[in-house]
Amino acid sequence: MSGRTLYDKLFDSHVVRTEDDGSSLLYIDRHLVHEVTSPQAFEGLKLAGRQPWRRQSMVAMPDHNTPTTSGFLNAAMIADPVSRTQVETLDANAREHALTYFRIGDMRRGIVHVVGPEQGATLPGMTVVCGDSHTSTHGAFAALAFGIGTSEVEHVMATQCLPQKKSKSMLVRCDGRLPSGVTAKDLVLAIIGKIGTAGGTGYAIEFGGEAVRSLSMEGRMTICNMAIEAGARAGMIAYDEITEAYVKGRAFAPKAEQWDAAIKYWRTLKSEDNATFDHTVVINANELIPYVTWGTSPEMVLPVDGRVPDPDREKDSTKREGISRALQYMGLTPNTLLAEIKIDKVFIGSCTNSRIEDLRAAANVVRGRRRAENVKLAMVVPGSGLVKEQAEREGLDKIFLAAGFEWREPGCSMCLAMNDDRLEPGERCASTSNRNFEGRQGAGGRTHLVSPAMAAAAGIAGHFVDVRKLA
Amino acid sequence: MDKFVVLTGLVAPLDRANVDTDAIIPKQFLKSIKRSGYGPNCFDEWRYLDVGQPGMDNSRRPLNTQFVLNESRYQGATILLARQNFGCGSSREHAPWALLQNGFRAIIAPSFGDIFYSNSLNNGLVVIRLDESKMDRLFADCAAFPGFQLTIDLEAQQVRAPDGSYAFAFEIAAGRRERIMNGWDDISLTLKHSDQIRAFEQRHFAAQPWLAN
Repeated sequence: MSGRTLYDKLFDSHVVRTEDDGSSLLYIDRHLVHEVTSPQAFEGLKLAGRQPWRRQSMVAMPDHNTPTTSGFLNAAMIADPVSRTQVETLDANAREHALTYFRIGDMRRGIVHVVGPEQGATLPGMTVVCGDSHTSTHGAFAALAFGIGTSEVEHVMATQCLPQKKSKSMLVRCDGRLPSGVTAKDLVLAIIGKIGTAGGTGYAIEFGGEAVRSLSMEGRMTICNMAIEAGARAGMIAYDEITEAYVKGRAFAPKAEQWDAAIKYWRTLKSEDNATFDHTVVINANELIPYVTWGTSPEMVLPVDGRVPDPDREKDSTKREGISRALQYMGLTPNTLLAEIKIDKVFIGSCTNSRIEDLRAAANVVRGRRRAENVKLAMVVPGSGLVKEQAEREGLDKIFLAAGFEWREPGCSMCLAMNDDRLEPGERCASTSNRNFEGRQGAGGRTHLVSPAMAAAAGIAGHFVDVRKLA
Repeated sequence: MDKFVVLTGLVAPLDRANVDTDAIIPKQFLKSIKRSGYGPNCFDEWRYLDVGQPGMDNSRRPLNTQFVLNESRYQGATILLARQNFGCGSSREHAPWALLQNGFRAIIAPSFGDIFYSNSLNNGLVVIRLDESKMDRLFADCAAFPGFQLTIDLEAQQVRAPDGSYAFAFEIAAGRRERIMNGWDDISLTLKHSDQIRAFEQRHFAAQPWLAN
């Protein structure tokens, strides 16, 4: 008999009951809440006369709509009335249900997928949900974490459970070591380039292999964050001593005897040696170089030494039209060297790449250098108030400011441009975020996804460049 | 949620892969705290020539006549044909809300984003997976015959041509299908198992007491 996967262990340990059609009712340990996908759920709860099943499971904060310029002490100061109403609605719902809440002005506030782990609200072995597709991030802690819609947000609030069908399992095994200057972001972009944006649809992905095990928790979160960009609702990584060192001492983490009991259990959170997966993909990390997306889907990605694809060389008609449409939207000519593409803006931030390690990597590149003339704006948006504080203690803010980069307040910012941070039509951005969809960073905006070091390098050179060769 | 058992309706084609939820409903419309009002902004960036903002009078905005769903022959369509990975990306339930409020009751595609798939069924938007060869047939018929209709029979799990010339089988999990056909409230169904949930919770917290903090 084959052994159990990490996914089997996490799923099976949360099954409340199994239905005739094979689906299960799954218990949810942690529910993270933000302002965009929750108001209709709170309203639904109220209309049905229901109360949250376990309000202690919820941790809430506004992040999508929040301004990143300084001086905002509360929601009432947001100028856009529609954004303001949405944040004030979360303020009111959090107050009414006495939720753990990090409001605007609280140092602990930030992007929900940065703050959850930072506070220890995300723990190994948990089921974690949030009305946000990038909830897969939390799988880096050997947790089963996935994004849900607003009806499901209400369902979890009311019942602490979700009807779920078990996914198929996929192992993405990353052998070898990432070369110096090549990061977790490059690795996950390479994975998406290999399996495609629908490659993980219907699967829960476990990322393993030496290259993943040698990553920090920040790097692991970057990988799991983008599992959804490969189509997989959940991504996860086995527990080890790196996980343990990160979790220890966090505000919500267990203490004293509970800690001892917890780590004893957590150390079992890995796939057994003889576990079998429905599908296995192998990546050789030794061979990777930095990656840049060229199109309007994360799978449209190439190593930085590559050229923009030529649709005439694609045989499949749907793909050919997809490439042509993407090149037209992106304003790119086939066969152009990626390193010759000039940019207008730089965005360093998002739930993919706004943690301290990301900011350090970017700061190392810009230290003593200066933003290129043609780059109108380069902004750095830390993932949380605590990341910002840490970065300032290390003097990173000064490095960025001296290089002509802006240093902002935490939030989702220009990853999806729900606040004032956005691209104007036709503007081209080197972005550390997760989606290069049409209009994602602003209507008509053109997004190229890269690592923090690569975004910083593009900001200095004015065009894409292999950060390892930056003069 | 409206019940759905059998639907015969006009079909519209959206022949591109990887249509993401940002395209279905752009982020500026997600600032609303309501469940309604998203229909006119469905596919906003493709549908109009200007940049849409919340609160605009959409009836006065310039339409993009190149966008297929703006063609007069597809007005009033209730069934949408799509390609691989429809609804990928963000978890926003505003995407199925916008599609439903724009008049669509069913989407047929080779594959869907996982979260979009759940969100759609949770709102009674019937999402049907058919393989590429069958999709090619439907796209071809839709282009060839103005006023092309299909019948979707959720009970029999079939997509049928109106003249009976073909019937394609599809599958939706029994529990989900039953809920949509009856218009049941999912939360009430789960709450019927409250005792089991409480019993699970006790065992779970006894084994992992730190979760109860």
